[in-house]
Amino acid sequence: MGKMLWALLKRDVSLIVMRRQDGLTVVAFFVIVTTLFPLGVGPELEILREVGPGVVWVAALLASLVSLERLFGDDYRDGTLEQLALLPCPLALVALVKVAAHWVSLGVPLVLLSPLLGYSLGLEGMELVILALSLVLGTPMLSLIGAVGAALTLGLRGGGALMALLILPLYVPVLILGSGGVVEVMYGEAAHAHLSLLGALLALGVPLAPLAVAGALRIVLD
Amino acid sequence: MFRKIPWFKFSSPPNFYWLADRLTPWLWGGAAILGIMGLYVGFFVAPPDYQQGDSYRIMFIHVPTAWMGMFIYLLIALYSVIFLTWRIKMADVMAIALAPTGALMTFLSLWTGALWGAPTWGTYWVWDARLTSTLILLFLYLGYMALHAAVDDREKGARAASLLALVGVVNVPIIYFSVEWWHSLHQGMSVTLTDAPSMAASMFAAMLLMTGACWLYSAAIALRRAQVEALEREAGNPWVQDELLGAEEGGDAATAAEASGDLQREVRS
Amino acid sequence: MMAASDGPAPDRDRAQPRLTGHGLSCRRGDAALFSNVDFELHAGELLFVRGRNGCGKTTLLRAICGLTEPARGRLCWDGRDIRKLDEEFRSSLLFLGHRDAVKEELTPMENLAVQDGLRGEDGGDDARLDALERMGLAGREDIPVRHLSQGQRRRVALARLLLSPAKLWVLDEPLTALDVRAVEMLLGLFREHLDAGGLVVATSHQPMEGLRNARALQLD
Repeated sequence: MGKMLWALLKRDVSLIVMRRQDGLTVVAFFVIVTTLFPLGVGPELEILREVGPGVVWVAALLASLVSLERLFGDDYRDGTLEQLALLPCPLALVALVKVAAHWVSLGVPLVLLSPLLGYSLGLEGMELVILALSLVLGTPMLSLIGAVGAALTLGLRGGGALMALLILPLYVPVLILGSGGVVEVMYGEAAHAHLSLLGALLALGVPLAPLAVAGALRIVLD
Repeated sequence: MFRKIPWFKFSSPPNFYWLADRLTPWLWGGAAILGIMGLYVGFFVAPPDYQQGDSYRIMFIHVPTAWMGMFIYLLIALYSVIFLTWRIKMADVMAIALAPTGALMTFLSLWTGALWGAPTWGTYWVWDARLTSTLILLFLYLGYMALHAAVDDREKGARAASLLALVGVVNVPIIYFSVEWWHSLHQGMSVTLTDAPSMAASMFAAMLLMTGACWLYSAAIALRRAQVEALEREAGNPWVQDELLGAEEGGDAATAAEASGDLQREVRS
Repeated sequence: MMAASDGPAPDRDRAQPRLTGHGLSCRRGDAALFSNVDFELHAGELLFVRGRNGCGKTTLLRAICGLTEPARGRLCWDGRDIRKLDEEFRSSLLFLGHRDAVKEELTPMENLAVQDGLRGEDGGDDARLDALERMGLAGREDIPVRHLSQGQRRRVALARLLLSPAKLWVLDEPLTALDVRAVEMLLGLFREHLDAGGLVVATSHQPMEGLRNARALQLD
């Protein structure tokens, strides 16, 4: 079974690499959303610094949302999803592997770019480290929660807007804890509590979210 | 004794319909009486608050509706579990019938919170922890209803929405906790609506009466909506035609006899 | 609900059916598709599911795979409910649906390698090359599927039949988009599979001729 899941991970990652255009578009989206804020709010670094952590995190939320359609969409349309559901291993594990591949394609670029974007918004030093760290812990959670919404809205008309309505409220805790940690550091406090709670959420999400995704996929394929 | 209660009898649509027909008039009546009493006590009997004067009185609507908003979401999740586990269709009918009422209650609680905010904080909206998390709860309701309606196949839509309700109910405490925490981090307003007055007995009475009124109203309107939903889903079944024809002829007694006949048949089989 | 005791007792005799359906009913939305369908299928037999459009052929096939749950009735593999067997059943099952489950970006060879890997049944490149050749795709092994015709894509999907050790083939309209020679070849493949003790459940609007041990199941 481990071999099968490994094969699935390799397949998903190599398909993502082949379609790197799509992935790069999402990353560009992340950067553009972030750069819109200085244009909308004004160039004063004082103000940008205040909103910086929140801006980067909101942009990450939106980028995750935009990327989710691809998570199951292609496999659903060409019939591969049925085959995955018929693999002789639990669908929840299949879902977890697909989410992991999705995170590699989205979460990793966001983490790597975040210090740069944070710096452009006036964050510095430790704040940038914590920003990247909070994204390391938080973006997998975005992929996990997002996968539930992506699975539930597969094949629906207007699925994109509906998915946003379903998922964004559930993203709230991740947003609060992620950007809150950076704000703490900004005021000279420690970010341990925030990061620990993000980790706790992740520890909760890794076993539970795939079960919900598997349930949703079974409903959609029925 | 406990075993003798026919738990599943009212999960069959005709029996449910019959029961709801019997219950709703009492629920409506109860809601009206409790509501009038509660408003009277709240507005005329309870003393003004030493700090907030008369503006606190909106609490008698704000707090019960906030409670109902939360409670109904839990109820929807409970019905969703029942629906997903045992595939009892009436459980989904109840869940989707409750959702608009839950959303309404949540909205009313936001509305009254804003109205209270104007004299107290000097603005209609502040990002108070409770208001914010109530707003997110409203979004959860909207998502649930939108997903239920978006799937063409009703059965599939029901299952998808039920699963969403479960995911939501797991997240509700996390959302509440995180919003609470977010608020304390950002040093917001210290006065909140619920912990404002030290309760006089009459205030407490008014609060209880209004809570009861909201409760009965929600039950009545949800049962009514569930009845309509059941008729729609079972359209074409003989009992629905009997029910509708009976209603048209104004033969209330005949309908009742018919329905109770159905009930007895069901119990026997 | 059906009583749990009406399945055949295990090890009664060698000739017991491997795949059975009892009193199956399926619905799609509010419409009933079919009700009370029974069938049994022994090793080496083919079940030819027929009926007009929209009578639930696809739904029946998906139910046999466990993708859809029938509203009523029971499906058993070797006398045990497929829902209980779950993974055990799925490893002896090969399903081909309307959609080919073939990735457009990948070449036929890569597609087969991925599918083999996913099912943990790696027979090696030579086996895959042979399979594609038998499917009449020699010379097209390394062209991305997006450049192939509809019939050729179908053949890539069907090449899985040659590579999989699965006993039970469930095929939804396997003959669509295939030319006469490919249909001949596929029927030959069925014969081989049946002779080796395999089972086939298939729908088709075209007649399937020259197959011994074919049972017809007329829906509607």
